Amino acid sequence: MMKSDIKLINSEGKRLDGRGPEDLRKIKIESGVLHRADGSCYLEWGGNKIYAAVYGPREAVPRHCQNPLRAIVQARYNMAAFSVEDRKRPGPDRRSVEISKVISEALERVILTEQFPRATVDVNIEVLAAEAGTRCAGLTAAGVALVDAGIPMRDIPVACAAGKIEDQIVLDLGKLEDNLGQADLPVAISPRTGEVLLLQMDGHLTHDEFDKAFDLAVKGCRFVSDIQKQAIMHKYQSVVATEVQE
Amino acid sequence: MTITPAIKKDYITKLAEQGKRVDGRSFDQYRPIEIETGIVKQAEGSARVKIGNTQLIVGIKMGVGEPFPDTPDCGVLSTAAEFVPLASPDFESGPPREDAIELARVVDRGVRESEVVDIKKLVMTPGEKVWLVFIDIHILDYDGNLFDAASLGALAALMTTKIPIFRLLGPGGGLEKSDLEAWYNTTKIQDIYDLYSTPGFEEFIAGNNPEMAKNVKPVALPMTEPPISCTAIKINDYVRFDPSLDEETIADVRLTVATDHKGDLRAMQKGLSGSFSREEIQKVINGALVNGQEIRKQLYAKIGK
Repeated sequence: MMKSDIKLINSEGKRLDGRGPEDLRKIKIESGVLHRADGSCYLEWGGNKIYAAVYGPREAVPRHCQNPLRAIVQARYNMAAFSVEDRKRPGPDRRSVEISKVISEALERVILTEQFPRATVDVNIEVLAAEAGTRCAGLTAAGVALVDAGIPMRDIPVACAAGKIEDQIVLDLGKLEDNLGQADLPVAISPRTGEVLLLQMDGHLTHDEFDKAFDLAVKGCRFVSDIQKQAIMHKYQSVVATEVQE
Repeated sequence: MTITPAIKKDYITKLAEQGKRVDGRSFDQYRPIEIETGIVKQAEGSARVKIGNTQLIVGIKMGVGEPFPDTPDCGVLSTAAEFVPLASPDFESGPPREDAIELARVVDRGVRESEVVDIKKLVMTPGEKVWLVFIDIHILDYDGNLFDAASLGALAALMTTKIPIFRLLGPGGGLEKSDLEAWYNTTKIQDIYDLYSTPGFEEFIAGNNPEMAKNVKPVALPMTEPPISCTAIKINDYVRFDPSLDEETIADVRLTVATDHKGDLRAMQKGLSGSFSREEIQKVINGALVNGQEIRKQLYAKIGK
């Protein structure tokens, strides 16, 4: 089958997986899933399966990377060798280094780094199964893991992408939509203030289309933000309940 | 390097004198083991194994390629372990450290030397085209005894692997119908024959019959009976199985023994700077046989064998 034969949106306005233009894929978030980490999160977003773990604040080593005025935030995005169709060579490549950098910078904005001079907050994001939108899913998981670790923050960061397929603006691109679509716009925000923490775009959008896609991505972020909060509440509410029972 | 305070070491050794362990287990007893397969659909086979709080995922990826020049009539098997910093405050990013390499090599030996995967049956054209099998161990939560968890995970993932024939057929995939015929001629695996002689196969390769992939039986990896690895450590003359992280950190010496379904020994690895007496080695072997049978039962139950 030729790739260009694939209709990403059918005559009834439905996408390949049956979603409407403004529908997200299925999202599942669990917080506090790993034993060793100070805070952790497991997230499924469509076919993506991601773990995030937070260690810190702890002493930053080597010393020369310490900041005497605030903590540094070191996010590390890594994909498992078996997370994609063709095996990925283990270890960082240029793509994962870039994603690690933009996620670190996004998280640094919300963490109260001034409270922990010379320290580091390490955020490890492991992608076990990848299916488009892993940077948004990873950042969203990191937000929950940071809360689980008790890191003081201004807000819980959240991310979601919008894009353009078949000349239409849609929310949360799936794998084929990402490969064959016309544009992808991942956005991370601080939902309380609406500040934009991460913004990337590739493809081709008119100014109007950008405005529409951006608003849609923010709308998606707000929806995902509610799921994040439920996941966190779920963990800590149940902890309180068992204590009462005993 | 985790610093287990001297006080903790004291506590662990004092309890040992009363025949007890910190988490209430007996010396021969394993923590609860959980096995789950088929968790990453992008992988050809995958498994999550938990032993107590230790948790890891093993994924299998396959491809076609050339065999090594010294083994032209064998498929290629390769094992790698990633100690990602997610799993422990002591793991750092960067190239694999020696402990990650030791783990990968011990798992590799368990799979290769015991011939669990029959790599002679992974040959299409000797010296030219064979199957490549990549075993990747991804550690999520490190609370001791990675050796047993990783070997068990590798077995569960391999035993549930489906060879990605459909993905690799067609443009750029590197696999042709003639390769499948050659592969059947060397191995006589019936599933391969059934696959390429299914009506509509030619149309499928040409891209006109995508539905066919759903109707044929996937080809599994050619496997034999797996040996099960069991690890014991010794602290102050007390031998105990399935060490937790605290126990592992203060251990004098470690021994991993892999036993098969007949009760024969298939692989061993001694680690750390302490030593065992002959009697202690017997004790470890006997414990490995008993625990190995139990774990094998659980593995078979999980993968429906």
